[in-house]
Amino acid sequence: MSEQSPIIQMQNIQKHFGSVIALAGVSVDIFPGECHCLLGDNGAGKSTFIKTMSGVHKPTHGEILFEGQPMYFADPRDAISAGIATVHQHLAMIPLMSVSRNFFMGNEPQKSLGPLKLFDHDYANRVTMEEMRKMGINLRGPDQAVGTLSGGERQTVAIARAVHFGAKVLILDEPTSALGVRQTANVLATIDKVRKQGIAVVFITHNVRHALAVGDRFTVLNRGKTLGTAKRGEITPEELQDLMAGGQELVKLESSLGGTV
Amino acid sequence: MSDIAQTSPATDERVKDISPLRKALIRPELGGIVGTIAVFTFFLLFAFDSGMFNAQGVINWSVVSAQFVIIAVGACLLMIAGEFDLSVGSMIGFAGMLIAIFGVTLGWPIWLAIIITFVICVAIGGLSGWIVIRTGLPSFIVTLAFLFILRGFTIFLPQIIERKTIIGGIKDAAEGDWLASAFGGKVFGGLFQWMGDAGLIATFTRGTRAGQPVVDGVPMLIIWALVLMALAHILLTKTKFGNWIFASGGDAEAARNSGVPVNKVKILMFMLTAFCATVFAVCQVMEFGSAGADRGLLKEFEAIIAVVIGGALLTGGYGSVIGAALGALIFGVVQQGLFFAGVESSLFRVFLGVILLGAVILNTYIRRIITGER
Ligand SMILES: Nc1ncnc2c1ncn2[C@@H]1O[C@H](COP(=O)(O)OP(=O)(O)OP(=O)(O)O)[C@@H](O)[C@H]1O
Ligand SMILES: [Mg+2]
Repeated sequence: MSEQSPIIQMQNIQKHFGSVIALAGVSVDIFPGECHCLLGDNGAGKSTFIKTMSGVHKPTHGEILFEGQPMYFADPRDAISAGIATVHQHLAMIPLMSVSRNFFMGNEPQKSLGPLKLFDHDYANRVTMEEMRKMGINLRGPDQAVGTLSGGERQTVAIARAVHFGAKVLILDEPTSALGVRQTANVLATIDKVRKQGIAVVFITHNVRHALAVGDRFTVLNRGKTLGTAKRGEITPEELQDLMAGGQELVKLESSLGGTV
Repeated sequence: MSDIAQTSPATDERVKDISPLRKALIRPELGGIVGTIAVFTFFLLFAFDSGMFNAQGVINWSVVSAQFVIIAVGACLLMIAGEFDLSVGSMIGFAGMLIAIFGVTLGWPIWLAIIITFVICVAIGGLSGWIVIRTGLPSFIVTLAFLFILRGFTIFLPQIIERKTIIGGIKDAAEGDWLASAFGGKVFGGLFQWMGDAGLIATFTRGTRAGQPVVDGVPMLIIWALVLMALAHILLTKTKFGNWIFASGGDAEAARNSGVPVNKVKILMFMLTAFCATVFAVCQVMEFGSAGADRGLLKEFEAIIAVVIGGALLTGGYGSVIGAALGALIFGVVQQGLFFAGVESSLFRVFLGVILLGAVILNTYIRRIITGER
């Protein structure tokens, strides 16, 4: 992996929201074929960081290199065209629209009818059902509105969509937070599968076991700064867990909870 | 992976069988369909002999309905995209006045006056959309400002130019103009002559037009309404752009994060609404032969009501062009039907209020079933 060149280089990224400094200079390299886990406390800046990667936010300072070239994403559409697909923490789903319309939102398949280019609903419906079945969810129908799905089902649609469109980079912001055991296993297996296809995966989670199950490298954010990146095998689960909690207090807490955290 | 994902059973034991009839009924237009049936039943029962359903009567309410359809189509797509335009009525008056000033006062050829008017009005629509996007203000407020600005100009311009509030003489100026006849002309005249000759529709028995049918063709206004409706319906339901319209109105942030160019979609919908208002204005000016400063008053609300009767959600992301057109049809039929039935015209409002309430309650119920809203 080290002989490969990184697909995305985030260099000293800062992001300010008014007076709030959400990111205070974070540098991370993402390699093709690796699962890069992004860990950290609530409010550490993980979501903000991946949003600068997916074109939602423009960094206040710092530079993003994509495949070695300076990259400037005007909006998420640019990032998606470049092959970066994201599952946002808030999913980016429209509850009033059907599953298949959501699945292809922004990437609608088209078919030609004479001079007209029409939305290929048949193709969209077929692919949606197929991809959802692969993730272990049986939809009642592709025309079901997303608003009628359960939280975990919605999350699965968002993941299946990103896997389908993430040609080079797949960013998952807490994708398993609402999932059942079987669906979580499916998502972890999917991460493993796409990584083996050479796609870079950025995986945000609060669950150390999930991170250790699929992660190749682990970057811990704390209050807008990075505490460094560790390779798999260089770090024990206990060390990782302490880092994720900002390195404090958890030891005390853990003893009172009988080591169950 | 394959051992985790179980092979799925063909049928889902957690879905109740829904009867085909119920499935066919559960659609956003249901309120509009029921309203249309109710209104026609009512007038067929109580005003059948009034002349409302002979050739002249049908053309009469069709024209009025078509006017509503034209502005409802624009308002519908804009509302689904999550925005309002309260300046539609003022835009109608303003566009008509521009045509009169260009075509009559300045003496330009009418086709040129029409084209320049379209360009100006669509640009103003784009401008109000751009302001909404740029400032993040509710479109309600921005277009309310345009309601006053455009109406103000519509009254002010003819007064300083012609020292009056109505500019006439457009019929003469438009005589033989190729573009004017696309708005003010009639088509299928031969068909109606044939129907008159065959005794299917009444003909004049006296005067200079003796032997000619009482209806001498379908006004272009109706053609415009049908074409706009068909195009908007296809755009919304069958194209990629239609998906963007739904997404922009459903949740602009989510749509943007998924790569939908939300700003472009919304601004284009504001321009479409202005385009529809201008079509309305040109047809009206060609029909009356004049432009008045008070034309189009309250049309924005009538358009919005038609759209809501047709099943669209006021907050965006949901709706149907066919439904909006049915809402417009209900509007036109009720307005003209009460006139035919000889009912006091103030009852129009009572009737309309009842229909609005009934259709919206039904629509809300349907929408909850479809979208699982809680
Ligand atoms: N649009 C915004 N405007 C102002 N402040 C923001 C904005 N977005 C994020 N922040 C702030 O930036 C900080 C980092 O937020 P972020 O969402 O990146 O955290 P996170 O690491 O994803 O947390 P969590 O684990 O809870 O998802 C927070 O303090 C948050 O209040
Ligand atoms: Mg987050």
